[in-house]
Amino acid sequence: MTDLADLTIADAGAGLRAGDFTSVDLLEAVLKRAAVTESHLHAYLTIDQHGARAAASTADRELAKGDDRGPLHGIPLALKDNMCTKGVDTTASSRILMGWKPPYDGTAVTRLREAGAVIVGKTNLDEFAMGSSTENSAFGPTRNPWDTSRVPGGSSGGSAAAVAAGSAFGAFGSDTGGSIRQPAALTGVVGMKPTYGLVSRYGLIAFASSLDQIGPFARTVADAVSLLGAVAGWDRMDATSIDGDVPDLACSLDAGVSGLRIGVVTDLMGEGIDPEVRAATSSMVDQLADAGAEIVEVSLPSSEYALSAYYLIAPAECSANLARFDGVRYGHRSAVEGTTEDMMSHSRAEGFGPEVIRRILLGTYALSAGYYDAFYGQAQRVRTLVRDDFAAAYGQVDALVSPTSPTTAFPVGARAEDPIAMYYSDVCTIPSNLAGDPSISVPIGVDGAGLPIGFQVMAPALGEERLFQVAAEVERLAGFTLRAGLATSEVVEP
Amino acid sequence: MPVDIDIAKVAHLARLALSEEELVEYAAQLQVILEHAERVQALPTDGVDPTSHPLPMVNAFRPDEVGECLDRDLVLSEAPDAFDGQFRVPRILGE
Repeated sequence: MTDLADLTIADAGAGLRAGDFTSVDLLEAVLKRAAVTESHLHAYLTIDQHGARAAASTADRELAKGDDRGPLHGIPLALKDNMCTKGVDTTASSRILMGWKPPYDGTAVTRLREAGAVIVGKTNLDEFAMGSSTENSAFGPTRNPWDTSRVPGGSSGGSAAAVAAGSAFGAFGSDTGGSIRQPAALTGVVGMKPTYGLVSRYGLIAFASSLDQIGPFARTVADAVSLLGAVAGWDRMDATSIDGDVPDLACSLDAGVSGLRIGVVTDLMGEGIDPEVRAATSSMVDQLADAGAEIVEVSLPSSEYALSAYYLIAPAECSANLARFDGVRYGHRSAVEGTTEDMMSHSRAEGFGPEVIRRILLGTYALSAGYYDAFYGQAQRVRTLVRDDFAAAYGQVDALVSPTSPTTAFPVGARAEDPIAMYYSDVCTIPSNLAGDPSISVPIGVDGAGLPIGFQVMAPALGEERLFQVAAEVERLAGFTLRAGLATSEVVEP
Repeated sequence: MPVDIDIAKVAHLARLALSEEELVEYAAQLQVILEHAERVQALPTDGVDPTSHPLPMVNAFRPDEVGECLDRDLVLSEAPDAFDGQFRVPRILGE
């Protein structure tokens, strides 16, 4: 018999409405799964059993009365621990916020509660979302449920691992340079970064404000659509949120790709990409062609500079955003005696981990007098070139495709001492963040070691309908039904 | 372009109290990252406008109205130190 924890959101929702089981049953199934997998994975920083049980009971009462809030009603979900949840610890995996209970819910969290979702808990991340492996957490790394000697990717590695392992039906993360798509690829789940501004950032602890975007993790493309649909749309609390119609998300899921022009990004199919990943990507491109798409080779020549530009823009913005952590209003305060300025400098040095300090220093330097134009200004001009490249590409094609990550999951510790090697993990995902466009990773197979490979689909701003249309066809063609070792019954059953 | 980092000054600007050993280590790491970033400098960008934000929006205005705000006691309950309805900090001036 299928364990309830392995259902898709769509099937769980259908079963709830058919009376086959309750939201409380679904919650107990994921809590039971987590009780077995967490000692191996450490996907969660906080599991809010009390709040989740109350929300599940409420959902059951409402559904029994016919008060139906939609596809997420009664569904247990996980949230990355940089999303503010009122009264529930929110740390961004940093010592500087250890024990902090936000006095408010972020807008995405508010909307999920209104949609009747059951929030199971808060998931691990690289500190302040800075990293690609979930190793830079003050509370210890998360492991990959496909192979616990490997990383789950990052920075939203906890959310990815929870969905892959069955300790949540879906999850949310944040994507600044690939932090949803890359861990989705490395854990064999679907992960999606919406158009910048489609989802409110209010209550998302800021890393790089012009790049950060909240998005979903799910086991299917259709589930990702349901998750995004619940949180998308204008919010008066975020001045960068788009004031206009939300794209139709689900109407083209069955439309196929016949007649679409799909561009393969040749710059992201070169020697920096692992041969097995490249072969799997090419094979999926061939299948899309067989399914009726017209395949075009497209070059984004400035994409080779995107990574370098990103690693000036993101640290610059982070150095400004993280200035707020000064030991005055919340978080860690140093016990060192001295003036307020001494207190601030020691609180920050004690509270931030090495990668965060490295990026604050880099950003502060790049913004300092005499260097601003050479580094930050030039990076912003390169950002324009990247956007121009995408605009030219979308003049020829409906969607672009590439690998999501240059490699499959790498061993814990393999890139920990080499920041540049770690930064290269995001080479395929960063261009979409710089352009502000939507992008999704869909699992298409495994490599020789049995580790999942993700396929990236990109579309122009507010092109979510087209993005999901192509992604759904990729999902059908791949027929990817393998599950992570830690999510299979022989490991889970005690 | 040669990268010459006054790391102590940068750490002071960032309000990070780092030891001498840490400063040396971070300076070396920044050097490597900035050398990588030099590739960006090599790209000709004459006449290219900078992008600071991916959306073509300039300002988002709304009426200036009194709205709900967070409860003061709830907010202060999360502060490291609070007194008489206010955040409290150590002395501002040195000796």
